[in-house]
Amino acid sequence: MEKQVILNEQQFNLTLKRLSHQLIENHNDFSDTVLIGLQPRGIHVLTYLKAFLEETLQQEIRCGILDITFYRDDFRRREKPLIPSVTNIDFSIEKKRVVLIDDVLYTGRTIRSGLDALLAFGRPSGVELLVLIDRRFRRELPIQADYIGKAVDTLTQERVSVEWQETEGLNQVTLFTPKEAHE
Amino acid sequence: MNNLSVENLIGIKDLNREDIELIFTMADSFKEIINRPIKKVPSLRDITIANLFFENSTRTRISFELAQKRLSADVINFSASASSVKKGETLIDTVNNILAMKVDMVVMRHPNPGAAKFLSERVPAKIINAGDGTHEHPTQALLDAFSIREKLGSVEGKKVVIVGDILHSRVALSNIYCLQKLGAEVMVCGPTTLIPKFIHLLGVRAEHNLQKALEWCDVANVLRIQLERQEIKYFPSLREYAMLFGINKSILESLDKEIVVMHPGPINRGVEITSDVADGKQAIILDQVENGVAIRMAVTYLLAGKIER
Repeated sequence: MEKQVILNEQQFNLTLKRLSHQLIENHNDFSDTVLIGLQPRGIHVLTYLKAFLEETLQQEIRCGILDITFYRDDFRRREKPLIPSVTNIDFSIEKKRVVLIDDVLYTGRTIRSGLDALLAFGRPSGVELLVLIDRRFRRELPIQADYIGKAVDTLTQERVSVEWQETEGLNQVTLFTPKEAHE
Repeated sequence: MNNLSVENLIGIKDLNREDIELIFTMADSFKEIINRPIKKVPSLRDITIANLFFENSTRTRISFELAQKRLSADVINFSASASSVKKGETLIDTVNNILAMKVDMVVMRHPNPGAAKFLSERVPAKIINAGDGTHEHPTQALLDAFSIREKLGSVEGKKVVIVGDILHSRVALSNIYCLQKLGAEVMVCGPTTLIPKFIHLLGVRAEHNLQKALEWCDVANVLRIQLERQEIKYFPSLREYAMLFGINKSILESLDKEIVVMHPGPINRGVEITSDVADGKQAIILDQVENGVAIRMAVTYLLAGKIER
């Protein structure tokens, strides 16, 4: 297994900061905007963005977390039961601009489920997608992100791992390539 | 976490503690969902479930149907009084005819103990027992234990007394299994004639004095007197039963602690429980009903996950 760091700690934090500024460009004072992080790993991206935005704008940003377990399309295609995480959206998303946030965009199926789950909470005026890593060319559904931390071109056999200070002790993104992938 | 260790839900006796805890974890999530503005998820949109009720039921049938609809399953309902059972069709024939219409899961209530097990050995669909005679009523026990966990934080180490007609009660048997598997102590209380002779073999204490039983317990689960199952007289009169085993305000106030009062319904007001207790703050009867939907969603979801396509 070959290991390659795609984003080191410094680049990682810079990327998140840049994403927060891109959000400000498009959403001004965030009066009609809410951020929704997808469980489980999108929550970390959300936490950082919320902190950066609140520091820059000096105001509270409304955030929610969304679990998509019951909206997945691979139910009954797995050995183990899918155990849900917490959903917490304590405001109406009716007529709001929603930014959906996740760590990695890959096949697009998680985001598809996320959209489905989101619409159970109301009819937003629009939904945008923000991801830290976009694994291009492997999409199984026609879904693209509006804000991208870093786009990477990967093979199916490769694995992208996003590590967080809170859970793994270090903010970094690593690409793992099995040896046989080069042959 | 692992999947359920069983393929059908026939009784709590077949479950292990991990199964029960998995069901509770799922039920926590479903409880959040049924309190959303849109109380529905699309998980089971390709599953068809038949509800076969060969015995009367209001709460359980509605609760199951609601749980199935909240999961987006397709539901067909069948009650024995309006069917060909009256024309002499056997249980297997009835069910096979329904399965021929491509049903994935069957929820059944039947007056004969063992009916659900009998069916599970003969038809390929997943079976959920919604009460089989005087045997078991697993989803009721799960929602009772889930309600205790919600109210008191956990079931482990709690003392629960089941009051009333233990002899005819499937709720009592399922509750005894479920509470014991979760580490609670169980006592039964009622007239000698309504306590099964060998109940101590289940590790359950029997008490015939209601005052003593209530002083011992943290939770009292009060059962209905099932007059429809009693072919002979087990006690002289309902009035005497109410005097000796009915839960009323004065007996609750005589205790030096506040116990939780539960009832699986339907209530015979003024017999096993008085109205001021049933509607009072110590009773969690309506919480039990709400939790019933979440528990039945959890069980249905987990068993549906085992259906192979």
